[in-house]
Order: sequence, then structure tokens, then C-alpha cells
Amino acid sequence: MNPTHSIKRGVSLYSYQYETFLRKMTLDDCIAHAAGLGARGIEVVSEQSFTNFPDVPQAEIDGFFASIEKHGAYAQCHDMFLDTKLYKHRKLNFDEMVASLQRDLRFAHRLGCKTMRVIVNTPPEVVVACVPLAEELDIHMGIEVHSPFHFDHPWILRYTELTRATGSDHVGYIPDMGMYIKDYPPVFRDRFLRMGATPKIVEFILEAHKARVLPDYVLMDVRKMGANPVDLQMAETLRHNIWSNPRRMLEFMPWIFHIHAKFYEIDDTGREPSIPYDEIIPVLIEGGYTGHLSSEYEGQRHIEDAFEVDGREQVKRQQQMFARLLGETE
Amino acid sequence: MYDKHIIYPDSLRNLDNGGFALGVRLPYYRGQPLSVVEDIAVKVDGAAVPRDQVRFSVRGKTFTLDQLEENTAERWEFGEVADVSVVQAGGLAAGAHEVEVGVQLRISYLPWSPVTTCKRTETIAA
Repeated sequence: MNPTHSIKRGVSLYSYQYETFLRKMTLDDCIAHAAGLGARGIEVVSEQSFTNFPDVPQAEIDGFFASIEKHGAYAQCHDMFLDTKLYKHRKLNFDEMVASLQRDLRFAHRLGCKTMRVIVNTPPEVVVACVPLAEELDIHMGIEVHSPFHFDHPWILRYTELTRATGSDHVGYIPDMGMYIKDYPPVFRDRFLRMGATPKIVEFILEAHKARVLPDYVLMDVRKMGANPVDLQMAETLRHNIWSNPRRMLEFMPWIFHIHAKFYEIDDTGREPSIPYDEIIPVLIEGGYTGHLSSEYEGQRHIEDAFEVDGREQVKRQQQMFARLLGETE
Repeated sequence: MYDKHIIYPDSLRNLDNGGFALGVRLPYYRGQPLSVVEDIAVKVDGAAVPRDQVRFSVRGKTFTLDQLEENTAERWEFGEVADVSVVQAGGLAAGAHEVEVGVQLRISYLPWSPVTTCKRTETIAA
């Protein structure tokens, strides 16, 4: 172990969703796989791994703990959702949203997680209202800073303003590395080509991404080029495939509880071709980050139409990359 | 997502009451309350089934699509195969049929309402 940092490795079970959806992997298989890679911090998308949320049968929770123990892992983060559009004709009101978030805090506690990912559409006032319960249960609530949001986005600035005013050390951030798309993901490009995107327009979009052209302008340009609906769909993805500088995390480091190590693929050379982990991890080390790097494989949905999905292989490759960049190997 | 896996393979069958049914999985990465299921559009051999003839059943309970929208208590779990049935007189003729299912969900953090469609050729046994 490299003595210059204490960053830990983990896996979000989101990574194995394709296999669990098709019932090719059980919850125990997922935990066994992650822990077998030395990624012992387990992150759970609870509404994916358990039934009847939030009233999950105790037998399922017991099974989870049995697996955790058997494989030498630990429950690390619960990902919550806020169903603001639960009802068709109205949005949840403030009290309902607070109750929903409190419900998830209690669930995270039941699962033995010390960290909870707060989904980015949760209003900051709702998070603030839940700080006392988070402190009582000793759960660190991190708002997901997820593309197209980033640390300087007005929504996140408002979150910073209001949560910082609480003075609590139980409320902060969980940055999602999908906001550090330095190069356009090849799996996106290839899927759009399979769907019928125009090669010349695809090239134009890739160049525009490289030049960080405002997505709205790219959309106007490709329309003029005679874009078909798939071309337009590809141009729309520029809104979400943003690049912001990872060094921006340094200022927020005391409040960064967890990292969603999003990735779309780890290629045969062991690199993520779009997200520069070799630039990101040194920033985390420099900033004294002590939480987890939690693998979040999201490439499955971009290749499933044409290729076999292998979440296990992809997570393994990313964890090997982490071990190398964290100085655990060599 | 999971587009090609939404229709459960080899699940198309005629029902005793004259309609037909097939197995359908939720096109999303987490289980959902039934109320967010905005639509389940069924087509057979290119012909759209009217919405009020579609039924959704999960764990022994059956709902119309309008009832789904009102039900915030029950869930359609991740990877769970629900039964989507069509109420009509007379089932499908024996042989191959092209079935298409489109599921539309109201996902709170997305500004749009995603629709996932799946088309398969399924066979009714003679």
C-alpha cells in the first residue's frame, strides 16, 4: 500500500446491473466479485438489489449481511432516489420530500452504510432539513455532483451555500466522474454509427467536443449540415458529456465523502479512453481524499445492442487500473 | 436500456378468457412504483392494441393502465417479469407473430419521459 494516501477501493453494484437484470448474477455473486478484486467497500443501489423498498423483507437484509461477512467486504454507500414525480398530476411537496430522504437515511442505517448518495435532483433545502437525522444516525449525505452539473453550476452553488451554513460535517458531495469527459466516449460514437449516424457529422461532433463548443451551437450547426434524427441525438449528448477540471475538487475536498468512479469502458490497454483517471487520481491524492473510489460501470447500455456485456471483466480492469494508479502494485 | 430483453423470450400465449399475454421486464436499472408507468403500448403484427384493452399483472395482482398510474404502493421490481395481457375475444392464431412492446416511464430526475421498445417474433403453439 502506498503510504502517501489512504484512498480505498469499492464497487457500486450498479456495475453488474446487466447480469443481475438477466438473473445471471445474484447479490452474493456481485459482492463476491467486488471483494475478490480487493474492492471491499460495497455501494448498493438498494432499489435494484432488494425488493419492496423501503419495506425490504428482513431475510433479504440478512442475506446481504451474510454475503458481506462471507466475502470480507463492508456496506459502504446507499444510493437514494427522490421520486418527485411519484404522482402524475403534482410534484411531491416539501414535507413529502423530507420524509422520503429521512426514510432513506434510516434505510442506509439499516444496511450499515455510513455514506448516502443523495441524487442531484434533491432540493438543497430538503437536504438541509435532514441534517439533524443524518448526524444522529452518523450518515454522511453527499449530493451527487453529476453531469451536466459541476461544482460551479448554479444548482450546486446553491447547495454549497445552504449546506455549508449548517456547519455540519455530515453533508457534502459525491462527485460523479462523468463530469470529466475529456474525450468523447468511443462506445457512444460507435453506437450512434450503428444506429445510422452520418459519418461526416459524427466527425464534426467529435471535433466540436474536443474544442468544447457549446452544445446548443453544435446542434444548430449539425442541423444546417442536414443532420438526421440520430445525428441530432448524438449532438444532444454533448450536453451531458462535459469536461470540467478535476482540480476543482481540491477546494471541496473536506466535504467529498465518496467518488462515483463512472466509466464507459476500460479498453485492452487498461485505460478509460474518455475519462482521464491518470489525471483524476493524483488530484484526489494531492487533496488528501480518504474515501472510496467506487467503480460504476455504465458502458453496458451503450454496447448491449451489438455485444455481450461483461460487467465483471470491466470492473476487474478498472480496479486493476486503480491499484496501479494508487501505487498498490509494482 | 435492456431494450432487446424487455419481452421475455417464449412467453407469448393465449389465455383461457380469449385474450393473450406475454412476459415483460421493466426497462430501468431500479425497481419502480407502478404509478410512474405512464404507458405500455402493445402491437401485434403491426396493429396497435387499444390502451384500455391492456392489463398489467405482477405477483398475482392485475391492473388496467389507468389503475397503474394511481398505484404508488405496489412496485415493479428490477428484472422482474410482469405479465402484460390483452383483453379481446379470440386469441392469436397459432404460428409466428411479431410482437412489439413500448414502455414509457416517468423518471423524476429526467426532464424527458423515456420510452423503451422491444420487438420480437414469438410463436403461439398450434
